[in-house]
Amino acid sequence: MSSEHADAIVIGAGIVGAACARELARAGVRVTVLESSFAGGGTTAAGMGHLVAMDDSPAQLALTGESVRLWHELRSALGAAVEYDPCGTIWVAEDAEQLAAVEVKAETYRAHGLGCELLTADRLRSLEPNLRSGLAGGLLVSSDAVLYPPRAALALLDDARAHGAVIREHCRVLEILRRGVRTTTGELHAAIVVNAAGAQGAALTPALPILPRKGHLAITDRAEGFCRHQLVELGYLASAHLMTSESVAFNVQPRTTGQVLIGSSRELVGWKEGVNHGILRRMLERATRFMPALARLTVVRTWTGFRPATPDKLPLIGRWDPVDGLWIAAGHEGLGITTSLGTAKLMADLILGRLPSLDQAAFAPTRVLAPSTRRGAVA
Amino acid sequence: MNDVRAAVLRADIAVVGAGPAGIVAASSIAEAGRRVVLIDESDTIGGQIWRHRAGLAPPPSAQPWIARLRRSGAIIVGGSTVVDVRDDASSSRFEIVAERGVVPLVVDAGTLVLATGARERFLPFPGWTLPGVIGVGGAQALLKGGLRVAGKRVVISGSGPLLLPVAASLVAAGAKLLLVAEQAERANVMGFARGLWRRPQVLMQATRYRAGFRGTPYATGTWVTSARGDGRVEAVTVTDGKREFTLPCDMLCAAYGLVPNTRLAQLVGCETSSGRVMVDGQQRTSHARVYATGETTGIGGVEQAIVEARIAASAIVGRAVPKRLTRKRAGFVALADRMDRAFALRDELRHLATPDTIVCRCEDVPLGALRPEWTTRQAKLYTRAGMGACQGRVCGAAAEFLYGWPADSTRLPAAPALLSTILATAET
Amino acid sequence: MTGEENGERVTIVVDDREYVVRGGTTVAIALLELGVSAFRRSVNGEPRAPVCGMGICYECRVEIDGVAERRACMVPVENGLLVRTATVRSS
Repeated sequence: MSSEHADAIVIGAGIVGAACARELARAGVRVTVLESSFAGGGTTAAGMGHLVAMDDSPAQLALTGESVRLWHELRSALGAAVEYDPCGTIWVAEDAEQLAAVEVKAETYRAHGLGCELLTADRLRSLEPNLRSGLAGGLLVSSDAVLYPPRAALALLDDARAHGAVIREHCRVLEILRRGVRTTTGELHAAIVVNAAGAQGAALTPALPILPRKGHLAITDRAEGFCRHQLVELGYLASAHLMTSESVAFNVQPRTTGQVLIGSSRELVGWKEGVNHGILRRMLERATRFMPALARLTVVRTWTGFRPATPDKLPLIGRWDPVDGLWIAAGHEGLGITTSLGTAKLMADLILGRLPSLDQAAFAPTRVLAPSTRRGAVA
Repeated sequence: MNDVRAAVLRADIAVVGAGPAGIVAASSIAEAGRRVVLIDESDTIGGQIWRHRAGLAPPPSAQPWIARLRRSGAIIVGGSTVVDVRDDASSSRFEIVAERGVVPLVVDAGTLVLATGARERFLPFPGWTLPGVIGVGGAQALLKGGLRVAGKRVVISGSGPLLLPVAASLVAAGAKLLLVAEQAERANVMGFARGLWRRPQVLMQATRYRAGFRGTPYATGTWVTSARGDGRVEAVTVTDGKREFTLPCDMLCAAYGLVPNTRLAQLVGCETSSGRVMVDGQQRTSHARVYATGETTGIGGVEQAIVEARIAASAIVGRAVPKRLTRKRAGFVALADRMDRAFALRDELRHLATPDTIVCRCEDVPLGALRPEWTTRQAKLYTRAGMGACQGRVCGAAAEFLYGWPADSTRLPAAPALLSTILATAET
Repeated sequence: MTGEENGERVTIVVDDREYVVRGGTTVAIALLELGVSAFRRSVNGEPRAPVCGMGICYECRVEIDGVAERRACMVPVENGLLVRTATVRSS
């Protein structure tokens, strides 16, 4: 590759990079995507593919709510291999205290225009018979969905390609330059460079406070009808928020194949790969605490992935002032699959000077910089 | 159901796999006074070569070693599939987690001997998923298990010396063996046979096998290109590269060579190369507390497996490895290399499958869904190929031959396991 | 190798029908001799039957005594075994 030109370079063909490339290409921008390995092979491949409206902060709710809506609009164009399934989420309350929290959650969702249904213990049981008895109830959010992330990334990239984007796999970006990048095969120049390298984003832009937050997953053999919704314990939010050494939470998903996907865990162990027996056990034990019948299912695979985690749990979306032409779309922790579409739309709005549909302030990458290095208000 | 307690067996050495290598290793080590647990998936020991029906006599060549095993004091645990090995570096112990039916079992051992043997290489071709299409070793396993084939019309298509005893067994069981198709060219087969002049007993054995199916053509440079039938195989098409002909049949035995079973070794972190577990002159792997013997270190046959097991046993009990064993092993390895070269798989076998032909049987992924430039991991993520119950054991070996894809990394479970088994902890 | 019978006979139930089969074999062998072609159905509904005979390929999976996905080639026949194949189940 010689010193070629594109209008925009997107670093990373994971779900976020793919979504950004698609959004920009559809707006007529000449996009080149540079992926160090193969598309969708990084954190995207490890993700659960849960499209979820998350209310841990107003900004998060806005971004996830918008994104879930965008996925819903896109669903018919995705293709069967993406396995989009509007199964909805049930947030599970173990006790009266959590049930009270669920009611607050319901109010928050409704105020945001998201339909949801409070579930009594009986109704919960009738919807999901494999949940243990004795749970207090839950909250059903019907607009949530699930899909299969690697194929979703490919679908987005296909659409980007159809609008003129070029995707180069096995091409590692070594350095971000002023208005360009240096790769293993030469330099590429563009007025716009988007760092969508996820968990590896900080390798290219060291000031980004993105840490790899490792998670475990297990998948069972086919067990048709074992569960019908994505099931998440309310404690999941506590787990996702605590930047402690390790935590697990009940998080189970039915796949269209009939397999059951079991998560989730979080730990900060740098880039240490491999399944950790202790954490896996804790995660599976927690899952059987909510669904005892899981113990009788057959596990066929386990794997791990690294979520790109930021200190304030919000992604970095927008211009990166210290480097001319550089934009960031990274740090989505466990919500990258969901918020990829909302991120891409916001990125394109900002880059092209359109009126953003979301309030960008909370996501501004420069919020992580000391005040003196910020260059005034960002559009 | 949070705490699944498993029965625990404590041992000095755990041997996984009760084929010839495992039987010899376990016997030899137990005879030296060590506490040995021998684990196998099957209810009856013997692996493939020494397979026999429960309650009936083992093959004559197996009897002395099996008798020794039973006298040795080694504890034999059958019907148990190893699904995980937890390695506690601080205590230098392994926790080997197995599943016996629906019940977990843990073997706590200091040293691990892997004798997990080999499996067949199945290659995709149109119709290969039809009921009635089995392996060559598969046919041998089913026949040894008691399968009746009297009157059945059978075709064999494969590669290597294994075709001969299986052909003879089928005829002895009353099958109408129509054809034995050896994909290697005649010159290669004859060259290999000539190279056996130093081992007249092997040549005589081969002659005896051939006499066992003397009424059936043994065609070199010949292979099956497709099978067809309604719900089960009814006919196969065969070619010699020049002309094609069709044979109506009831059973097709089609498999091309053997592939070492290395999943457990990889799970524990042993280095592999070219699909075999790497070992030193004492059969020790790259992991100091893990040894590997038999086919898992490279396809070499029963005699080589026995020698390797004796070498490992010597090393484990702290005796010097007899030089004659090392020399014998070297001889067998040289023979195995010659065999590999003589029976190397021809390129045409890469091109039998059409875009519709299923490659991953567990997930029904057709050839057309795969791209040669991918990796194993890419194929898994993009198409699910290799993500099913067999964990890529069948399609992975095929993809390695078709595209050169090396195996992906291995994580637990080593075999599909109940979630309750993965949760099982040793009783304290 | 298939020569000597040990004479034992066992009764197993396959898809709700009783059959008397030879003892000392596996469920896979008993089913093959009963003429079962479809041990299981593939993802696309194709009939599948034993291939490797040694527990590797997972194509011989049937339900045995209420437990699904058991490899028939690894389970010895026993009196009273309840087996369900894909012969009656649709895809």
